[in-house]
Amino acid sequence: MTAVSQTRQRIAWTVWTFLLIASLAAVRALNQNALASLPHDESVSDLRFGFQLAEAAKRRGVDFVHEAPTFDSRLDHIMPQVASTGAAVSVADFDKDGWQDFYVTNSREGSLNRLYRNKGDGTFEDVAQSVGLADVNRRETGVSMGAVWGDYDNDGYEDLFLYRYGQPQLFHNESGKRFVAAGTGFPRWVNANAATWLDYDRDGLLDLFLAGYWPDDVDLWRLMTTRIMPESFEYANNGGRKYLLRNRGHGAFEDMTAAVGITSRRWTLAVTAVDVQGSGYPGLFLANDYGVSEMFVNRGGKRFEDVAVETGVGRAPKSGMNAALGDVFNDGRLSIYKTNISEPGQLVQGNDLWVPKTAGSGLPAFENLATTLGVDLGGWSWGAQFGDLNNDGAQDIYLVNGYISAGERSSYWYDFSVIAVGHSSIIGDAANWPAMKGRSLSGYQRKRVWINDGFGNFTDVAQAVGATDTNDGRAVALADFRNTGVLDVVVANQRGPLLIYENRVAPGRHWIQFELEGTKSNRSAIGARVELHWNGHVQAQQVTAATGFSAQNQRGLHYGLGQARTVDRAVIRWPSGLEQTIANPSVDIRHHVKEPDGR
Amino acid sequence: MAGDANALSSAQQVPAPRGRLLTIDNRYLPPLLITSILVGANLSFGILEGWERTALSIVVAIGAEMVLGRITYGKWPHPASAYISGISAGILIRSPFVWPYFFTSVISILSKYVLRLKGRHIWNPTNFGVSAIVLLAPATVTVLSIQWGNAVAPMVVIWLLGALIVWRVGRAHISATYVAAFLVFSFVRSALTGVPWLATVAPITGPMYQLFIFFMITDPKTTVRSKKWQCVVVVMVAFVEMLMRLAEVVYAPFYALFVVGSIAMVIDITRESRSSRQPS
Repeated sequence: MTAVSQTRQRIAWTVWTFLLIASLAAVRALNQNALASLPHDESVSDLRFGFQLAEAAKRRGVDFVHEAPTFDSRLDHIMPQVASTGAAVSVADFDKDGWQDFYVTNSREGSLNRLYRNKGDGTFEDVAQSVGLADVNRRETGVSMGAVWGDYDNDGYEDLFLYRYGQPQLFHNESGKRFVAAGTGFPRWVNANAATWLDYDRDGLLDLFLAGYWPDDVDLWRLMTTRIMPESFEYANNGGRKYLLRNRGHGAFEDMTAAVGITSRRWTLAVTAVDVQGSGYPGLFLANDYGVSEMFVNRGGKRFEDVAVETGVGRAPKSGMNAALGDVFNDGRLSIYKTNISEPGQLVQGNDLWVPKTAGSGLPAFENLATTLGVDLGGWSWGAQFGDLNNDGAQDIYLVNGYISAGERSSYWYDFSVIAVGHSSIIGDAANWPAMKGRSLSGYQRKRVWINDGFGNFTDVAQAVGATDTNDGRAVALADFRNTGVLDVVVANQRGPLLIYENRVAPGRHWIQFELEGTKSNRSAIGARVELHWNGHVQAQQVTAATGFSAQNQRGLHYGLGQARTVDRAVIRWPSGLEQTIANPSVDIRHHVKEPDGR
Repeated sequence: MAGDANALSSAQQVPAPRGRLLTIDNRYLPPLLITSILVGANLSFGILEGWERTALSIVVAIGAEMVLGRITYGKWPHPASAYISGISAGILIRSPFVWPYFFTSVISILSKYVLRLKGRHIWNPTNFGVSAIVLLAPATVTVLSIQWGNAVAPMVVIWLLGALIVWRVGRAHISATYVAAFLVFSFVRSALTGVPWLATVAPITGPMYQLFIFFMITDPKTTVRSKKWQCVVVVMVAFVEMLMRLAEVVYAPFYALFVVGSIAMVIDITRESRSSRQPS
């Protein structure tokens, strides 16, 4: 080798060494940057982000702690995992007094669910016992996993559909005074974690979609075999059946699942109804655990077709636990937010924010912008909702997380990671799963409150605004409990306290709400879409039943307006197909809008 | 894994009785087969986050190799080795971000040119790159942990293909020894921890381990010379991995190879250097 080439190689080696060190340092810095969130700083005004949250459940008269079920003793070694859901919250004005109430589920055998009636003075009282919605958790009929409000008979009162690991149950609301068991045509037993109302055939009657998680033939209290676990961490197709129940009127429901072509056996944890192609017929987005998401488009009320792969949302298998809709860029496009699992050093799936590339009719392609917009890393994420928390005109995200908070200095992650990569012959048998022995699994996690700057850039301000609990969060719902034009936050925690975060918004920020009532459409107006045009912005929202995880927001749609004092127009697309425009609606009030051309 | 293609070219210099099987040039066999496996698996099971990220890893690895090799040695290096490094990184790492795919490839290739002793690089490039990225960026990067679907058949096909490749290039003894050692040590772990044996052995049924066993620990450029000591080293890798697993280190195989493999290489290179200086 010549002296020149030796010198050249030495110089090159020096440069490459510098580049290697610089690369390693860059990786470290980028990793730290991804974790950034704004801390609480007492020296700064607590309204610097436009709002502040203060937990006030007990002060409001709500003192509820969720309790989990106890299944077959052969699952004792992993009981916290298999009994890890059931804390749910659903908001509705059940007695039509103009104040938002909410229903929470409990899951221990013999425990009582609660219906918190809003007294109008900032406090709540539990009336579940008196109205007949409390004592619904029995070994014989199963334990509650969630509930969803919807007026199935169009009598003006919101009825309640309760889903369980057990017998699903519909309760008819008798003028806000009591609830009676109602309905026929329901399956005998479904191990369900998700359900929603939708009028899939647009006949003006709300239908039901119920999604099983565990296989239907599994009685978790009396196992015939321990081979009940998902057959894979990514490709599990041995979960529960799905049910599309058509409302035939007078409380009669008919199973149309096979007829419309839904054969999914995935492990569904969340579902929301959404019309992604603008056809007027609502489809379904399913967030599935142990596998890919499913997106069923509704072909004229006759058939459902899974287009998840085609649209891009169903290609990468993850651990889906949430389905929420939000207009992230204020451009009229509804995005879908799905939560997954992210644990440093173990599993980094990242949450998904599926943004349609086009608006309007036709099947859109979706792109995942969660990482780009900074809403991907949410820990072991569960429920999340879109809502304008600071009334600045942009939809923010409130996310709860945390799986199992047990021993504070212990972690089950290593054992979990070992079994999760195993072949289906290994992972499918609960007997092969390592015992938890009181260890935590992604426990004690801090929540995320991502505020949107209006251009789709999100910043986590949870610690700064007061969302500082570290419970194992499951369901989160948003509601204007005090009728002040501000969204409060109610959180249902697994094996933990129900929390109500009272929201204080900076003065000078305006808002508008729309409470819709269908006439030709279903009376709850579920499926209606409202586009608000103001100050050069347009924001779309949809009236939904289920949204998030085991949660339901208030029915009325809330829009923050920032400093704007006027609105150009609100364009309502009713489920019946009718389009209605309200010009210059007044701000800072809730508009009750009845669908024109009544019955 | 990165040196496999280059080493295969050296294998060609000694006529191989197995050369009649699969008459493709040995240098291209591993890249061809690993690409086929990747394409087939992604089309069937969607194992990748997206084609773009894997493509980025490959392009960056090849680009880095071309630049570094040209500048350092004044000639264009063969791209097969860098291709293996890039595709390995693209398959093995998982992240919602794009930058890890870029940096894993860059770090892998840079390690070949920086961390050298007596003209030989010490670490398998992919092992170095993956180990570095998961150690430094735990919140944003993890390692492939999914399966080739639910059926047994794909797993069997991968095992057979992998076994064929390593047999073809005369490295089957390394893979076989490691597998045997892993199984034995998994019994030991199960006995010590009380965890069901099937759970302790579960990881070896996944694609990550198959890539590790067939392409990473067999890299001729970063394994010691004699067959006997190659087997001894992989048993040590499996043993250190066992210790790390008892300490609940998730990326135990990568870190074990990182530690044991490099020590073995330093010893081997030093001994080779001394013996070459001794008068004959």
